[in-house]
Amino acid sequence: MTAVATTTTVRPTGRRPSVGRMAAWAVMAAIVLITLLPFYWILRTALSTNTALAAHPGDPLPAGLTTGGFERALGLQSTKEAIAQGGAGGGLKFWRYLLNSVVVSTLITVCQIFFSSMAAYAFARLKWRGRDKVFGLFLAGLMVPAIFTLLPNFVLIKELHLVDTLLGIALPTMFMTPFAVFFLRQFFMNVPREVEEAALLDGAGKIRIFFRVMLPMAATPVLTLGVLTYITSWNDYFWPLMVSYSDSSRVLTVALAIFRAQTPQTGYDWSGLMAATLIAALPMLVLFGFFARRIVSTISFTGIK
Amino acid sequence: MTIASSSPPPSLPLSGAEGVLNGTKTRGRRAREEQGDARLAALFVAPAMLGFLVFLLWPTLRGIYLSFTRYNLLTPAQWVGLDNYVRMVHDPIFWDSLKVTVEYVVINIGVQTAAALAIAVLLQRLTQSAVLRGIVLTPYLMSNVVAGVVWLWILDTQLGIGNQIIGALGFGHIPFLADENWAIPTIALINVWRHVGYTALLLFAGLMAIPNDVYEAAKVDGASEWRMFWRITMPLLRPVLAVVLIMTVIGSFQVFDTVAVTTAGGPANATNVLQYYIYGAAFGRFQFGYASAMSVALLVVLSAITFIQYRLTRAGQSDLG
Repeated sequence: MTAVATTTTVRPTGRRPSVGRMAAWAVMAAIVLITLLPFYWILRTALSTNTALAAHPGDPLPAGLTTGGFERALGLQSTKEAIAQGGAGGGLKFWRYLLNSVVVSTLITVCQIFFSSMAAYAFARLKWRGRDKVFGLFLAGLMVPAIFTLLPNFVLIKELHLVDTLLGIALPTMFMTPFAVFFLRQFFMNVPREVEEAALLDGAGKIRIFFRVMLPMAATPVLTLGVLTYITSWNDYFWPLMVSYSDSSRVLTVALAIFRAQTPQTGYDWSGLMAATLIAALPMLVLFGFFARRIVSTISFTGIK
Repeated sequence: MTIASSSPPPSLPLSGAEGVLNGTKTRGRRAREEQGDARLAALFVAPAMLGFLVFLLWPTLRGIYLSFTRYNLLTPAQWVGLDNYVRMVHDPIFWDSLKVTVEYVVINIGVQTAAALAIAVLLQRLTQSAVLRGIVLTPYLMSNVVAGVVWLWILDTQLGIGNQIIGALGFGHIPFLADENWAIPTIALINVWRHVGYTALLLFAGLMAIPNDVYEAAKVDGASEWRMFWRITMPLLRPVLAVVLIMTVIGSFQVFDTVAVTTAGGPANATNVLQYYIYGAAFGRFQFGYASAMSVALLVVLSAITFIQYRLTRAGQSDLG
């Protein structure tokens, strides 16, 4: 998120900032503040102790600076220690959940983007009978809201004996989403025919063309779609909540909700909760930090989704 | 609009499968190429097709079937005809949860659309900084669960910084998530916080399609920013706005995560949104048939709303060009 790519601005030259312009900037500043302050507040709370938080709730700096919250969230404290610091003392294995989240999100993203781009290429660039009808069917799939397929999909996953497995969480979105196919097809359609024809003349087969020419050309949309898919599957809560019952398949979102529900008698363990929140959110912030510029410009120029 | 022209002309003697069966060798290069294409296409579409059939089409049909059965996961589904639907119509909690959901959607979509539009226009007219666009998108990186927990803390009646500020301004503490009247608006606004940046970027994409010289010309004529917004931006953005609206309304109806984490449907069913009620019926009481019937109802409601929105907003038509 470092380098600024300010494209052609419509700023009127040589005019002094008007009152309206300054008011507009003030609104923009307020928006940025509302957007970012909660992030600071997470960090500030995570580094505080619960007793100091109760005494200084409005203090802008961490109250009673400590890493106890993180130790509690990661299960590094003994039960006695945790309860003394205002935690519930229940065992949570955040490392395990973190790993589960990584496995599920990676599996979904890699497979979904790979299979969807293959299908998208077939829909955009190969000639076959019934192509438009099949694509129409895929498009109709866009209309079915996720909530509708969740219950029957749970029944199916149960019949496949995949409840409480990472594969069970990943399977329904691993092969495709209508949107991914639709979005990538749109891109492949816009690649000039000449590119393909030149490769054909060089004696390359269509499979080779797809992997060596088309896919690399689609690097930016594929990357953007990939990162967004990763974020979406990382943040998913409802489906993993249905499918996973134990630590073996529990992902971070579900674990966080459980951590939140383990309220000790004394009230919420806010510093532990915020530390856990940060652990759950940090990987996506880092991932976004790496690709922010490309993603932001892809969304804001193509209106992805 | 040109559906007819995009399908291949029927006179062409191609079709991969037939060609393979006939084994005819007297075909031109093009036909052979298309035959190869068909085989490759089958290979390329197969995995996505598998996913589509098994995890999208089949569950959709099955969901409809299950809505006519009594099913608790343990014993085979038992056909009960319209029983679940009759029960639904007479279930006051169902109607309440539908009402709560609509209330949520209206607040969520109303505020989110207005705010996203404001942000998008500010991003377009004030600065096109990629950094600002990145900042606006950051809450979208959080899960609903994280957003819910964070705002639960900020809005905590005793210790939350939100209530501290309100207290410092001389107002009493507001039990945002514990009060029947505050809970739904609060959850709606939490989700606005998380999603508004993404929606703003979609609208921003629409704004970028409006040629700059339209604004320049208006400026030469002495039009104010306000006038340009209503006379240029709004009319030209309409098709994009319409599509974004349809998408966000559908998404908004499926609210679950934030409710589950913050209020769990309470206080006194005040935030018992439809999807939460469906989840409770399925996994709390193992009434999968009844839960499926309510899902079908939600699907019907969503389809109707999409259709009406599409018509009202003339989403398919553009004023540009």
